[in-house]
Amino acid sequence: MSISLLSLAYLIGSVTFIIGLKMLSHPASARKGNLIAAGGMAIAIFGTIFLYEEGGQKLHNYGWIFAGLAIGGIVGVMTAKKVKMTAMPEMVSMFNGMGGACAMLISIIEFNHLSGARQALQSLMGAAGFRETYAISGDVDLRGKLLIILLGLIIGSVSFAGSIIAWGKLNGKIKDRSFKNQHIVNLSLLSIVVLISGYMVVVANNVTPDADPGAWFFLELPVLFYVVFLLSLVYGVLFVMPIGGADMPVVISLLNSFTGVAAACGGFLYDNPVMLTGGILVGSAGTILTILMCKAMNRSLKNVLIGSFGGSNAVAGTGDKDQGHFKEISLADAAVVLSYANRVIIVPGYGLAVAQAQHVCHELESLLEEKGVEVKYAIHPVAGRMPGHMNVLLAEADVPYDKLEEMEQANSQFATTDAVLILGANDVVNPAAKNDPSSPIYGMPILEVELAKHVIVNKRSMKPGYAGIENDLFFQPKTSMLFGDAKKVLHELVTEIKQA
Amino acid sequence: METMLTFLHQHIQIVYIVVLSVFLGIEVIGRVPSVLHTPLMSGANAIHGVVIIGAIIVMGKAEGDNYLALILGFLAVILGTLNVVGGFVVTDRMLEMFKGKKERK
Repeated sequence: MSISLLSLAYLIGSVTFIIGLKMLSHPASARKGNLIAAGGMAIAIFGTIFLYEEGGQKLHNYGWIFAGLAIGGIVGVMTAKKVKMTAMPEMVSMFNGMGGACAMLISIIEFNHLSGARQALQSLMGAAGFRETYAISGDVDLRGKLLIILLGLIIGSVSFAGSIIAWGKLNGKIKDRSFKNQHIVNLSLLSIVVLISGYMVVVANNVTPDADPGAWFFLELPVLFYVVFLLSLVYGVLFVMPIGGADMPVVISLLNSFTGVAAACGGFLYDNPVMLTGGILVGSAGTILTILMCKAMNRSLKNVLIGSFGGSNAVAGTGDKDQGHFKEISLADAAVVLSYANRVIIVPGYGLAVAQAQHVCHELESLLEEKGVEVKYAIHPVAGRMPGHMNVLLAEADVPYDKLEEMEQANSQFATTDAVLILGANDVVNPAAKNDPSSPIYGMPILEVELAKHVIVNKRSMKPGYAGIENDLFFQPKTSMLFGDAKKVLHELVTEIKQA
Repeated sequence: METMLTFLHQHIQIVYIVVLSVFLGIEVIGRVPSVLHTPLMSGANAIHGVVIIGAIIVMGKAEGDNYLALILGFLAVILGTLNVVGGFVVTDRMLEMFKGKKERK
């Protein structure tokens, strides 16, 4: 009875995941979709705790399970509630890493079970006359299970290590680092991992009754297992390390789908349909999301992963070039330019997020609107550190939805715009993406702000953006620079406009 | 070759689920506006936290004297819960702002 109830619980879980994902892709129903998926998850989890049985045996260790759930739940809610909107992307990356680590630990435990079973089999076969019995009793095939365990281990570890690095990169704790021919090293590392795993799966069934070679294998398999484990962690680190911040959204999305596949491996292992469907759904949906993001940047996934940003020669090439002069603009002048414009387009970027300037930005926008200026926001698909990052940020400050223009609409409006105010965005407005084939961001669609009459750029300094390349826009005659922290500058700008 | 075919045959149901889920995942989020990329990623992130079920099963099956399984399983349960709970709460916080805005309109 209870086991049939559990099947029903899993069915409900799987269906809610599908409905949840579907609803999450429409603005109006998104929040409800999230709650539905969460409800399904709760049903599946508590169903497992109370109804799961194997060979007529219920689960035990309830104390441990509930303690774990309580600790994870409380810490999870607290961190998720406390985190600032700007830190959202790295939080997602962190939680993703936790899921990867969970899959990884499951694989380790299951491998220990498996090698225990294998050892038992070995000693049985050592016993006289058992060989025949074994041969008759049919095949005990360890290979399939070992393959799944290894897959879960490798993918989980890569996802865990990679997510932690991505997290560190997004909050500035870890810098981009790469060495010569790193992708060759990475690829060889990956092939070594695959080769060792393949070898393990092939020999898994070689349980010989002779003591000596048998001992050799059963010693060898666990050792190999931990070698694979370590190498996968190292690979995860090396995989994300050289990828620049501009590409971090793509990487997080990719790691997200990795963890999905790792979870699905768990589903395979336990014949558990809800883990299987949930994991695979996220795996495929995440992959599609990753590809959509790459498309938004007009690059292929391979290009993102292998052609690492900030390759030393590209930077040196542009760094030496004499860029000419840029001109600064005073606050008072900037205030005048903005208040007497007919139409102003604001281009937000990561600088706005870092400075937490979304509220004062909205204040500026309302102030200008009162003065009869039409104000719009142009949102580049990959502005910030995650697609939709700017939308979330501006939504927090109550900026009306219809003020946000996507890239195509914005680009058709720049020519009739009097002033563009760029707040901490850099690579997404870099004209090199259009006219410099040697630039690492060449081919990425950009916001064509240079079509507007005036461009005011707010930045903290002349330092290049996250992609590590110079921006010609700053040196164009119609561009003027307004240095300083976005929040501070906007505050002063608001005061200035109020006085004018 | 034959063993692989047998393996496939033995697990054909699971293979079907996998294949169909792949297509479903692609279909379900086929046309998502870029506004929702971040919340969607975050929501998907919470859903793969379903791996916690594996952790619970491992934990619940562990013998009382198998300390390795107990400790690792306990850790796995904590991490999995973090993924699920944190993921859904963060997603909800993101989406809350979208909703609040619409009501005021």
